[in-house]
Amino acid sequence: MATGAAQGATLPEDQAEVLYHVYDGGGVKAQGPALLVRKSLADRVSLSAQVYVDAVSNASIDVVTTASPFKETRKAWDFSAQTVVRDGTLTLGGSRSTEPDYTATAFSLDSSQEVFGNMTTVNLGFTRGQDQVGRKGVVGWIDEATHWQYRAGLTQVLSPRWLASANFELIADSGFLGSPYRAARVFGAAVPERNPRTRTSRALKLRSLHDTHALWAGSSMRAEYRYYWDTWDIKAHTLEFGFSKYLAERWLVDASLRSYSQGAALFYSDNATSETLYVSRNRQLSAFRSTSVALRGSYTWPGLVAPYSMKLSLGFEFKRFAFDDFTDLRSGQAYSHNAHVLQATVSATF
Amino acid sequence: MHGIVFIALATVLLGGCAVQPWVKPYERERLADPIMQFQRLALADKHREHIHNVREGARGATGVQGGGCGCN
Amino acid sequence: MRKLLLLAALAWCGAAPAAVTLQAPAPDFTLRNTDGRNLRLKEQRGQVVLVNFWASWCGPCKQEMPHLNRLHDKYRSAGFVLLGVNIDEDAQLGAATAGRWGLKFPVLLDTDKTVVRQYDLGSMPATVLIDRDGRVRHLHRGYREGVEATYEQQIRELVKE
Repeated sequence: MATGAAQGATLPEDQAEVLYHVYDGGGVKAQGPALLVRKSLADRVSLSAQVYVDAVSNASIDVVTTASPFKETRKAWDFSAQTVVRDGTLTLGGSRSTEPDYTATAFSLDSSQEVFGNMTTVNLGFTRGQDQVGRKGVVGWIDEATHWQYRAGLTQVLSPRWLASANFELIADSGFLGSPYRAARVFGAAVPERNPRTRTSRALKLRSLHDTHALWAGSSMRAEYRYYWDTWDIKAHTLEFGFSKYLAERWLVDASLRSYSQGAALFYSDNATSETLYVSRNRQLSAFRSTSVALRGSYTWPGLVAPYSMKLSLGFEFKRFAFDDFTDLRSGQAYSHNAHVLQATVSATF
Repeated sequence: MHGIVFIALATVLLGGCAVQPWVKPYERERLADPIMQFQRLALADKHREHIHNVREGARGATGVQGGGCGCN
Repeated sequence: MRKLLLLAALAWCGAAPAAVTLQAPAPDFTLRNTDGRNLRLKEQRGQVVLVNFWASWCGPCKQEMPHLNRLHDKYRSAGFVLLGVNIDEDAQLGAATAGRWGLKFPVLLDTDKTVVRQYDLGSMPATVLIDRDGRVRHLHRGYREGVEATYEQQIRELVKE
C-alpha cells in the first residue's frame, strides 16, 4: 500500500433508505415501498441491494376506452458492487424487474475516474438488458427485447462554489418495443399497433449547480437541460430549475420546476388516414408538453449519536400533461391530465 | 529527425506547463455540502426517473455525480 | 532559434513550485488553539511533530481521528507532539467538531488558510511528519485504512533518533 500516493476516490458511505412512493395521474395509480441497503466490506468493496415494489392500478384512458381496468404488481431488484481502483471507482451492477407479463434483466458496468487534481470526474458506463415479453392469457413468452446503453459523462469543478456536468447516453433497443394490448387507430377503426423492431436514441444533458451562499446563506441553485433525439424521429427538450435552502439547523427544503416538451414519432397518429408499415397511437410517442413543480422538505433527526445520522424527507410533485394530437375519445377534445407524485423517505447513514 | 525530437520534448515539457488545478483540496468546503450534490436521495431520484421513462418518450443521460469533497 | 526559445519557455513553465520538500526545514507558523492560546511550530524543536490538516466536512479526516488519538496517547511521553490544524471557514464549527469527534491532541485553527496554503500537499487530509531538528521527513496524502500503521512505524523511527 503506497502511503505517498494520492488516491482520488472514496467508497460511498454505508446507508439504509426506505421510500414509500405514489404516482397518481391520468387514471393510473402506482404505489409501493422501496428499500436500499449499502455496506462496505473492509473499506475495499461497497455492496448495495435495492428492492422496489410497484402496485399498479390501471384505469388510464387507453385502458378505459379500449379495455377494462386492471391491477398488477411489479417488483424490481438491483444489486451492485463498487470498488476503488487508483483514482476512481468501478461498479458492477445487476437488476431484475418482474411483473405478470414482462420481465427485464440487465447488467451494467460503470467507471468513474478523478483527474486533474480531483477537479474533473470522467464517467463511462455500459448496460445490457434482456426483456421477456408476455401477454395475459397466453402461456409462455410471446416475444423479447434487447437493450444496449452506453454512457459518458464529465463533471467539472469550475470554482469552490460551482459545479457543472455534461452527460451523453446512447440507447439501442431491438425486438418487441411496444405493448401487446395497445391499439392504434386507422380510418377510425382500432387495429393492433405496429412498432419498428429497432430504436436508437441519443440524449445530451448539461447541468450546473451553484452555491448561492453569497445571495442567501446556505442555499444552492441548479439548472439542467437535456436534448433527446432518436431514430423514431422523436425530439424532446427537458429544462429543469432547482433551488435548495437550509432553514434552521435541521431543516432543508428543495423546490424545482420542470418543463418537458417532445415532438411526435414518425409513425404516430391519433387517427391514421393511410396505411403505413408502422402505426401507433401510444400517446407517450406523440407531441406533448409536461410541466411540473415539486417541493420537498427534509428533517435531520437530532437524537442519534455519531456516526449515525437519520433523515426524514417528504416530497410532492404536481405534474400536468397536455397532448397536442391525442384525442380523449370520451370528450372528443385533445387529452390532458394532471398527476400527483408523493415520496416519503427515511434514510440513515452509518 | 529533429522535428520528432522537438515534438517529443515539447510534449513532455507541455505536461508540466499544463494549467494547474485552480481549486485546491482545502478550498472544497462548500462542494462537500449535501446541497452541492446533484443527487441526494437515491431511491426517490430513481423513482422520479422511472416515472419520466414510462410517461415520456425521452430517456437517458441522467448522469452520475462528481465534485464533492474531493478527499483522498 | 525560435524552436530553442520555445523549448526554453516550456522548460521554465514545466517547473511547478514545490510547497513542502522532504529534508528541508518545515515552514514555521503560529496559530491559535481552541483555548485561545498561540502555539508556534518552532517552539516544538527537540520533539517529533506530526501535523495533520483536517476539516469538519472531510469524511476520511474523521475516519483517521481515532488512530491519531491513539498515537497521541501512546507516544506523547516519548517526545512526540501531534498537532491537528483545522481549516474550517467557521472557527466555532471547527472547534465544536473537534469536541464532537473527541480529539485529545491540540487543535489549531487556520481559518484564513494561510498555513495549509504554505503546506499545500494537494490532498485532504494531509499529514506531515517533522523530526526533532524541524525538518520535514514524511508526507502523507489522504487517508486510507491501514496507513496508521505506517505513521506509527515512522514515528517510532523518528523518536529513536
